[in-house]
Amino acid sequence: MKKLLIVIAVLALVLAAGSVQAKDWKKIRVGVEGAYPPFSYVTPEGELAGFDIDIAKALVAAMGKEIELVPQDWDGIIPALLARKYDAIIASMSITEERKKKVAFSNKYYNTPAKFVAAKGAMSEFSHDAIKGKKIGVQRATIHDRYLTDNYGKDVEIKRYATQDEAYLDLVAGRVDMLLADSVAISDGFLKKPEGQDYQFIGPDLNDPRWFGEGTGIAIRKQDKDLVEMFNKAIEQIRADGTYKKIQDKYFDFNVYGD
Amino acid sequence: MDIAIIFDNIGIYLEGLQTTAWLVSLSLLLGLVLAIPLAVLRTAKSYAVQAPIRAYIYFFRGTPLLVQMFIVYYGFGQFEVIKTSFVWPLFREAWFCALFTFTLNTGAYTTEILRGAIEATPHGEIEAAKAAGMSRLLMLRRIVLPSAFRRALPQYSNEIIFMLHGSSLASVITLVDITGAARIINSRFYSPYEAFLTAAVFYMTLTFMIVFLVKQLEKRWFAHLQPQKTS
Repeated sequence: MKKLLIVIAVLALVLAAGSVQAKDWKKIRVGVEGAYPPFSYVTPEGELAGFDIDIAKALVAAMGKEIELVPQDWDGIIPALLARKYDAIIASMSITEERKKKVAFSNKYYNTPAKFVAAKGAMSEFSHDAIKGKKIGVQRATIHDRYLTDNYGKDVEIKRYATQDEAYLDLVAGRVDMLLADSVAISDGFLKKPEGQDYQFIGPDLNDPRWFGEGTGIAIRKQDKDLVEMFNKAIEQIRADGTYKKIQDKYFDFNVYGD
Repeated sequence: MDIAIIFDNIGIYLEGLQTTAWLVSLSLLLGLVLAIPLAVLRTAKSYAVQAPIRAYIYFFRGTPLLVQMFIVYYGFGQFEVIKTSFVWPLFREAWFCALFTFTLNTGAYTTEILRGAIEATPHGEIEAAKAAGMSRLLMLRRIVLPSAFRRALPQYSNEIIFMLHGSSLASVITLVDITGAARIINSRFYSPYEAFLTAAVFYMTLTFMIVFLVKQLEKRWFAHLQPQKTS
């Protein structure tokens, strides 16, 4: 019993110290993934780089704070935030209802739409009727799979793949007529490569929040409401002063922020 | 545990069951048809006859079924020669790639099972056939093969079951077999336990049916080995 009391006392002290420390945002520690190009990757020199990394640096600079980047594997990225290994996650994390139960989110800092891709000249126009009966490939268990199943499940033949790369192979082999995936993934993972040169995006940008969420946000512990506000302000600031556009143009040739 | 998910989507599983059933039975049938002449030739004395069959068996037994399927499905699609040839309309289809790979795979194993059984033919049976003046072909048809089939049956029933379980790999090349159905249910409802447990029940039921059928066949074929009924 005594021991338990001591443990509780120590825990209370640590927690109290933690919350005091949390209020003092001199240095902001940001958890990043480092394995999701072009958003976050490690250069051959061992440096962290990518869209997420540059955005993180720009946001913290806009607040006038110091930054410390902490690389963390994806599956432990939220637990490590809750365990105070860092104060925010900037790792292309989609804002979903499920994650909102655990963490708070800033406003979105980018939102890339999903898009269909097909061979150049394969279709003159895009419509529900035009793609009726087509074979469409998609990565299994993604938001794209869900969208395709819910909206076109009865009218098209859906081919589900374990990885996006396998879907590209079958598109090139002619086993599927089109693919649905994240537009940035398609653009960087396929269209810009030699095997993707005869293919193009087709149809509108798809970003219905019912399937695709609200975009990608910065995850922060729920009690740090002040930090959420600081990030929201910083996002507005770098959007306004052109820093965001500069970073975007370094990686993409289109608008990644969304509407 | 939410069984309702399964009952509401049982149609997907039944469709999967259909795919698994025809894919496995057709591969086994074609594989057996392929294996019988190969097994006979494999016991030939000439090395020139044996070598290509050995190479075929060596390849298909020496590599995992999944790798073979990737080679056929994704590999063949890389070559313009194949993509522009008359076989492409077949290899374009996932079901044909699966059938093709499964047939060759089970064919290789079955050839080895049959070869072992043929080589184990009791000497006396062959001598008796020769003494009766049978030609080699007649001897093969009436004596060697029927007796080899009997000896091979227990081993072959294993091969049937392995093929059934191996067929779950068809789901990685987009086919919706029993495993493919389970994957769809899992990704739609985030309920791996219900989804794959149902698949397991389907496979187990099929396996029991196979075991039962083979047992009936064994009773017939091994009637002469059954203990005599004393009335």
